[in-house]
Amino acid sequence: MPTQELSYRDALRMALVEEIDRDQNVFVMGEDIGRYQGTFRVTEGLFQKYNVEQNDWRIIDTPIVEPGFTGIAIGAAMTGLRPVVEMMTMSFSILALDQIINHAAKIHYMTGGQSTVPMVIRGPGGAAKQLSAQHSHSLEGWYAHCPGLKVVAPATPQDAYSMFKQAVRDDNPVIFTENPGLYTIKGEVTTGPDVLQPFGKAQVLREGKDLSLVAYSRMVHVCLEVADRLAEEGISAEVVDVRSLLPLDTETIYQSVRKTNRAIVVYEDWKSGGFGAEIASRISEDCFDDLDAPVGRVGGLNVPMPYSRVLELECIPNADDVMAAVRKLG
Amino acid sequence: MVLIRRFEDKCNIAYRQGLVGGYMHVYIGMEATAVGWNAALKPGWDYVITAYRDHAQPLIMGSDPVKVMAEIMGRSGGYSFGKGGSMHIYDIENCFFGGWGIVGGHTPLGAGLAFAAKYRKEDRVTICYLGDGASNAGVFFESLNMAALWDLPVIFIIENNEFAMGTRLEYHAADTQLYKRGEPFGIKSERLDGMDVLQVKADAERIVNWVRENQKPYLVEVMNYRFAGHGAADNDRQLYRTKEEEDENTKRDPIARLEKYLTENNLMTAEKMEAINVEIEERVEAIYEEAVNSPHPEPHEVYAHVYSDMEPEKGH
Ligand SMILES: Cc1ncc(C[n+]2csc(CCOP(=O)(O)OP(=O)(O)O)c2C)c(N)n1
Ligand SMILES: [Mg+2]
Repeated sequence: MPTQELSYRDALRMALVEEIDRDQNVFVMGEDIGRYQGTFRVTEGLFQKYNVEQNDWRIIDTPIVEPGFTGIAIGAAMTGLRPVVEMMTMSFSILALDQIINHAAKIHYMTGGQSTVPMVIRGPGGAAKQLSAQHSHSLEGWYAHCPGLKVVAPATPQDAYSMFKQAVRDDNPVIFTENPGLYTIKGEVTTGPDVLQPFGKAQVLREGKDLSLVAYSRMVHVCLEVADRLAEEGISAEVVDVRSLLPLDTETIYQSVRKTNRAIVVYEDWKSGGFGAEIASRISEDCFDDLDAPVGRVGGLNVPMPYSRVLELECIPNADDVMAAVRKLG
Repeated sequence: MVLIRRFEDKCNIAYRQGLVGGYMHVYIGMEATAVGWNAALKPGWDYVITAYRDHAQPLIMGSDPVKVMAEIMGRSGGYSFGKGGSMHIYDIENCFFGGWGIVGGHTPLGAGLAFAAKYRKEDRVTICYLGDGASNAGVFFESLNMAALWDLPVIFIIENNEFAMGTRLEYHAADTQLYKRGEPFGIKSERLDGMDVLQVKADAERIVNWVRENQKPYLVEVMNYRFAGHGAADNDRQLYRTKEEEDENTKRDPIARLEKYLTENNLMTAEKMEAINVEIEERVEAIYEEAVNSPHPEPHEVYAHVYSDMEPEKGH
């Protein structure tokens, strides 16, 4: 299978194009995704390719009405279309929460299986740079709280590609969150029509024996940096990329913890009640006898995201914060 | 208008210097709208609320321009001590209620300000500005309904600058005559010019007085144009409009128009206008100097103002 170096953004776009080409039912909706090429340029060139050259209605510029167009996508999905909804930022999906949680997530259940909602809601989630309090939310924990949704947060270009293709082919509503800090990272990507990454599988990105660092999305890269720093001190840290929050692959996480006997969970969301708390509590419940120390947690500060860069950097967990947590474990 | 123009120019420079981050949306080209409308309000009494394109209103409403620019730079000398930034300027004392980043999200708040005035039997008028893009939001229609249902003294001003970010009006609105959005609710609604400041002021006085007297809502679609990109990060205007179109619209420049009017009617000499320009430029330089010398917030300040009476849990 072909392999090439791609940025996270380009890997996503490639997967999107392949899925649109593969299945006539796949279309994309969102604000400024067509003529304006998408604010983060994930849909760059696609309006020209599909709507103009092929005269096909695949890339749909919407008004700024998240509840409305998300609902339209849900209705269309109930008939078997496979919408991909772009949230300009995941923060704006808050407006569509009623459609997502009250409607999309419960349809299969309420219809007793008569209907499915094969749709993807994707977009940048988490802090970018100084976008302030209303544009910087990490909402994956909110969504992963809700049965009926699947929630994924890929950290690498390969997973952006193969998990996105998987998401489009999934018959359930999938929340696909992309940290804006990841779009430009590059990596080797194996591509192909059936390169899919099934959900519910965590991966060990770096092996170690003294400590497990458990994270998803951009925080995986922070953990890899910490593992490098710890290696210099002779401490061998294992990095587990959770990548799929719902379903959650506890087995891979537990295996790691059983080996290292120490765990720290790292997430960008507000520390209190964020998804990292769920992971930490599962480890504590199920690996109690394997643990040599309480499970550590590093999360974002429990404050709205401030504008000032100085304050913003205080809020977002970084390698120093994780190092401090490692020291605390003893 | 000249102060706003020069202030916004300076903000653009500060952005390019890396002194401003994130999203910053300037009001260049649209000055006559806010200046004309705010001139009809009772200072310190009537309420104003707008979205994220919010630098101009506080400058007009008597806010301290240094504190506005310091906020835009994220400094502790800003109105929100650097926590809000360009999109979130508030000067509540001067009745400016911000400063909001969620498109359409502030429109019920505008109705709420008017509700409070009515509740307290005060004769305050509220102006709630929103964009053409925001006028599609469901919550805006909900606000219109309640404003009409309860006779709230609010004027919704849809600033139709023809674009919602990179999306042209006809690609986002089924009916591009946006003033009609008030009609189903029985709200008096008009489409008006927003580039001729004297005309804007005359219209504004008429409508503000009407709302104050009749204690009912009003909807105005104001036709203006933003000369700059959507935000400072928008370097791709060619994706949604042509150079010719921009040039054509710059001819509507509200400042040049007023200068022409003053000259033709012998109301002000060219020397006097030049002197005003020079004075304002110096003033904006001084504002910039003072703002840029304001310190960055201290890290511990991150916890202040989450609650009015306690601090949140600390640490990572
Ligand atoms: C709910 C929501 N969706 C999307 C955005 C991103 N966004 C910011 S401004 C904007 C365009 C708004 O256009 P308009 O209302 O016409 O105001 P203008 O910028 O022209 O003043 C968009 C899509 C947002 N801030 N909030
Ligand atoms: Mg507009």
